[in-house]
Amino acid sequence: MNPAVRFRQVTKRFGDLTVLEQFDFEVAQGEIVTLIGASGSGKSTVLRILMTLEELQDGEVEIEGEPLWHERKGGRTVAASEQHLRRMRKKVGMVFQQFNLFPHMSVLRNITEAPIHVLQLPRAEAETRARELLRLVGLEEKADAFPEQLSGGQQQRVAIARALAMRPRVLLFDEPTSALDPEMVGEVLNVIRQVAGEHELTMILVTHEMNFAREISDRVCFFDQGRILEQGPPEQIFTAPREERTREFLRTVLPDSGRT
Amino acid sequence: MLFGYHWNLTSDWAFALSILPMLLKGLVVTVEATVLGYLLALTLGLLLALLRMAPSRLVAWPTAFIIEFLRDTPLLVQLYFLYFVLPLYGINLPAFLTGTLALGLQYSAYTSEVYRAGIKAVPKGQWEAALALDLTPLRTYRDIIVPQAIPRILPALGNYLVSIIKDTPILSAVTVLEMLDVAKMVGDRTFRYMVPLTMVGVLFLLLTLLTATALRRLERRLPQRGIPLR
Repeated sequence: MNPAVRFRQVTKRFGDLTVLEQFDFEVAQGEIVTLIGASGSGKSTVLRILMTLEELQDGEVEIEGEPLWHERKGGRTVAASEQHLRRMRKKVGMVFQQFNLFPHMSVLRNITEAPIHVLQLPRAEAETRARELLRLVGLEEKADAFPEQLSGGQQQRVAIARALAMRPRVLLFDEPTSALDPEMVGEVLNVIRQVAGEHELTMILVTHEMNFAREISDRVCFFDQGRILEQGPPEQIFTAPREERTREFLRTVLPDSGRT
Repeated sequence: MLFGYHWNLTSDWAFALSILPMLLKGLVVTVEATVLGYLLALTLGLLLALLRMAPSRLVAWPTAFIIEFLRDTPLLVQLYFLYFVLPLYGINLPAFLTGTLALGLQYSAYTSEVYRAGIKAVPKGQWEAALALDLTPLRTYRDIIVPQAIPRILPALGNYLVSIIKDTPILSAVTVLEMLDVAKMVGDRTFRYMVPLTMVGVLFLLLTLLTATALRRLERRLPQRGIPLR
């Protein structure tokens, strides 16, 4: 079975700043991987390349064995056409730090917009599915509300439902709780937990919620200056990190465990 | 006598009353020029804005130059240019059309900047969410970006409507009998300028106040979060 995601020798620069250099990374199908590390270490860039929000300068990215940023034409590999990108994008969904719900649409229309216009589902079917997803995230009664009427936590739960409505193979979470008031973090993490339990999804998360990462992940990757410095099962990373940089990082984000 | 109406010079009030029908004829021309010029400005402005934001510099830069040129040269110069130079190239338009064309052209440069600012003001996250959901660029503009831009651009577009009303007297420079030109003609023939010019001022004031009030009402009724196009 092809890995869900594979980065091969990927280089990404923003002007003079190299964010990723000859970066290799693999995620198996159905695997839940968390990316941790200081900000600016390249974690979010990995997600944004997968969502085609950022182009790369060199290397190859594959999703389920198929190149994302390239396509093969007549035995040659060429830069991906818009058509190819559109097809590949359907395999990937993303949940953003700032939710990015469409403020002028009801919750229900936020969720049905893309299934109707991209997947060409009949409206009735799209709405039935949207209501099921709203039940999953515990917001059935908010179908007709507008985003501005919801709390941040509720908005993010709608955003998760919206991403799931496109039935992605890989779901990306870019710091899904970083913009939330502390008392709302729990409800969003609960929903992610539930999604992880109920769906055969590959999930890649960037988060600063270390306890959550430890609990939900199959694997944790510690990023340092555009490389994965250390990776492994959460128990090993959090209790017995091999690298000094990892230990240092965990001490700063987990002050309690760091001191013992 | 003008347009078949006679003036009555017995008193200022009688004079005012007698020339009102003439001025109202001029007002009709003023309103026509405003509406036509504004519609041209709205459509051409949108086109200029989209070309200005085109990914290709080959398109964006010349468009930017045209917009700057239209914005930063006097309306009267543009009008004279169209009126006196176009006929040399075989394009003979009636004075009224030349005038509204000049108004529409200059204001399209203004509205294009309004559109552009309104579209740019939609947060980047909205574009990213639309892309992540695989919406096509057209769908993204239609369903996501433009609906959110409308409440942002409407007040500025409304101000330009009021402004274009006030610029219509420029048409008198190319012999269009709009309200100011009618008043001046009445003055020239009766040697009484105060009454007709005051009336023109009052009529303009009524027109712009009415327009501004209608616009404020419309703005208040629009939800600030955006308007789905359906």
